[in-house]
Amino acid sequence: MKVSCNVNVHHLTRVEGHGNIQIRIRNGKVETAQWEVVETPRFFEAMLVGKNWDNAPWICGRICGICSIGHTLASIRGVENAFGIVPSEQTRKLRILLKHMETLQSHVLHLYFLAAPDFLNLGSVIPLIEANPDVVKMAAGLKLLANDACDVIGGRRLHPTRTVVGGFTMLPEKGELEAIKKRLEAAIPDLVKTADIFRTFKIPDFKRETEFVSLGGANEYPFIGGELVSTDGVRKPEHEYRKMTNEYCVEQSTSKWSKLSRKSFAVGALARLNNNFALLHPEARKLSESFGLEPVNHNPYMNNIAQLVECVHVTLDSIAIIEELLGSKWDEPRQPVTPKSGVGVGAVEVPRGILYHCYEFDAKGKIVKSDCIIPTSQNHANIQHDIEELARVSGDSGRKDEEIELLASMLVRAYDPCISCSVH
Amino acid sequence: MAQERTYLGVPLHKPKVAFFELSSCEGCQLQIVNNEATLLDFLSLVEIVNFREAMTESSSDYEIAFVEGSVTRADEITRLTEIRRNAAVLVALGSCACFGGVNQLKNRFHDIAWVKREVYGKHHIETEAEAKPLEAFVRVDLKIFGCPIKKEEVEKIVTNIALGRPVTHLKYPVCMECKANENICLFDLGEPCLGPVTRAGCDSWCPNSRMGCWGCRGPADDANVEQLRNIAKKHGISAETMLDRLECFGGFAPHVEEIRGKVKKTGKTAAAKGVRI
Repeated sequence: MKVSCNVNVHHLTRVEGHGNIQIRIRNGKVETAQWEVVETPRFFEAMLVGKNWDNAPWICGRICGICSIGHTLASIRGVENAFGIVPSEQTRKLRILLKHMETLQSHVLHLYFLAAPDFLNLGSVIPLIEANPDVVKMAAGLKLLANDACDVIGGRRLHPTRTVVGGFTMLPEKGELEAIKKRLEAAIPDLVKTADIFRTFKIPDFKRETEFVSLGGANEYPFIGGELVSTDGVRKPEHEYRKMTNEYCVEQSTSKWSKLSRKSFAVGALARLNNNFALLHPEARKLSESFGLEPVNHNPYMNNIAQLVECVHVTLDSIAIIEELLGSKWDEPRQPVTPKSGVGVGAVEVPRGILYHCYEFDAKGKIVKSDCIIPTSQNHANIQHDIEELARVSGDSGRKDEEIELLASMLVRAYDPCISCSVH
Repeated sequence: MAQERTYLGVPLHKPKVAFFELSSCEGCQLQIVNNEATLLDFLSLVEIVNFREAMTESSSDYEIAFVEGSVTRADEITRLTEIRRNAAVLVALGSCACFGGVNQLKNRFHDIAWVKREVYGKHHIETEAEAKPLEAFVRVDLKIFGCPIKKEEVEKIVTNIALGRPVTHLKYPVCMECKANENICLFDLGEPCLGPVTRAGCDSWCPNSRMGCWGCRGPADDANVEQLRNIAKKHGISAETMLDRLECFGGFAPHVEEIRGKVKKTGKTAAAKGVRI
């Protein structure tokens, strides 16, 4: 049945930042299908110019309130790569652990508080507090655990205080790590329950051939630094990130867009999983397979499930990392920093996908030029093309306006966009 | 959920609360959601009618509006004015709303055309010449300082508003809290710190982690910035390092302007040498 519809979502809710969806279909023919980003730019790349190197992680963490830890770590890596600093094994492990806990916190927030209400036909999680208090308490408990772990390692869950170029200002007490490990072990049944809940949700059946970009792991599922890869077979070293992103400006968005082999590509949990499936923890891989999620999966709504799979991966991997840390003596928390002129790139997988920070320094360590490329900005073009495809297949589906609006909103939410971050 | 709150047996009025964001990272709102342990209690104290980051429903019927972020584009002035019209109490949430936050760092160039070009090249982009705090445009009833805001402080403030109690800020600096927490003085570790001049209330959040204070809460009453600069000098910390910190969140804008003015008079500004500072 041919449909005519007019969907106009002004400031989509339950996403970070400001974006609009417009879909107009007349007699089955798509007239408009648009993903607009109207967020105000804050000009981070300009504000850094002239600042000393130690300002970069502190200021750049403020690009995003949800993934401030990821931004701080990407910024630190950019500075360290420019100065030729190689983090100690202890620092590397602590950073990965901190990153894992941000991933868990962010994914749980998205899965339960932002995405789940759609599958239950609710406007927010608030009605669930009365209807299903145990589930909400469990979700809040998982988030609290991850946030507490971020406090213990990074000093603060939001805009971390201990993460600096060269390492950490101070280290967690071993007893604190021990306590986090016990809580992580106790969280495993909650993740199993979460999987059971998501198994009852009907993931929309939608597919569009997509190129997926992420870090490519050598021996472990990648989060900090390494090779840049795509499912279309592109491989680049970290410092050639610009060849992977090819940013350009468009009229419909205050965020820049990206492309690679095709007119758009996707980053995020699904991209990481599609590129690094074999490197997932065996339990996480098994869970993924039980949802029929195997590479290369081209359904963007499955990013929700990919996030769920990553929750299991980071939880199990964190337990292993803590065991290693507890089994060795603490080294010095930070190494000295000697600034020098040059360019450094830091690529880090944050919850919503691959993030790049690049800085150019003068001989005194002052920032001459900076560039930050955000996961969601890399996803915008892909969201646009997904929305077009969704509108096209909806044209003769007989769907009502509300159904198309919900499917389109869910599609954007599945990317877990961080819009203010993408514009920065 | 929790039963109706009462005080001396009298049911308490649940204020209708709305959250809004202008130019920001939305982290301060996230701090509210990050109150996992006490979130449910908090939700029983107020009725949230607007929180775009967490819920689809929205309403213009609210009494308390929390506004995060600074004003950087004309449409935000319109939105803010409308929020002010609807709200009985308007609360500036976080450093961006109170002082402009990190967003105001671009103001120091006094050259918005260059700022735009640096990020967007020739592509046209809409923005105001400067990032400004809320009170540059509307009356602000209450400020909650911090980048990010401290959740315990927000809960205390909201509880006080809901109970009709007065809300006051601490007058003394972070340094006092830091000493009470028995931290090693960061100056003695060779680290810069704005603890001696920044308003307390965060329980010396950053110094507790051996990160010197960056002044995100703005100046304490009677802050002596000149004396702080002398302390820094004595510890071999450069004037520029201190300036970076004073400048970071906008709370010390008048002090920074004064210091920069002095630097300019000496005719040795980096800007004069064509270097952007």
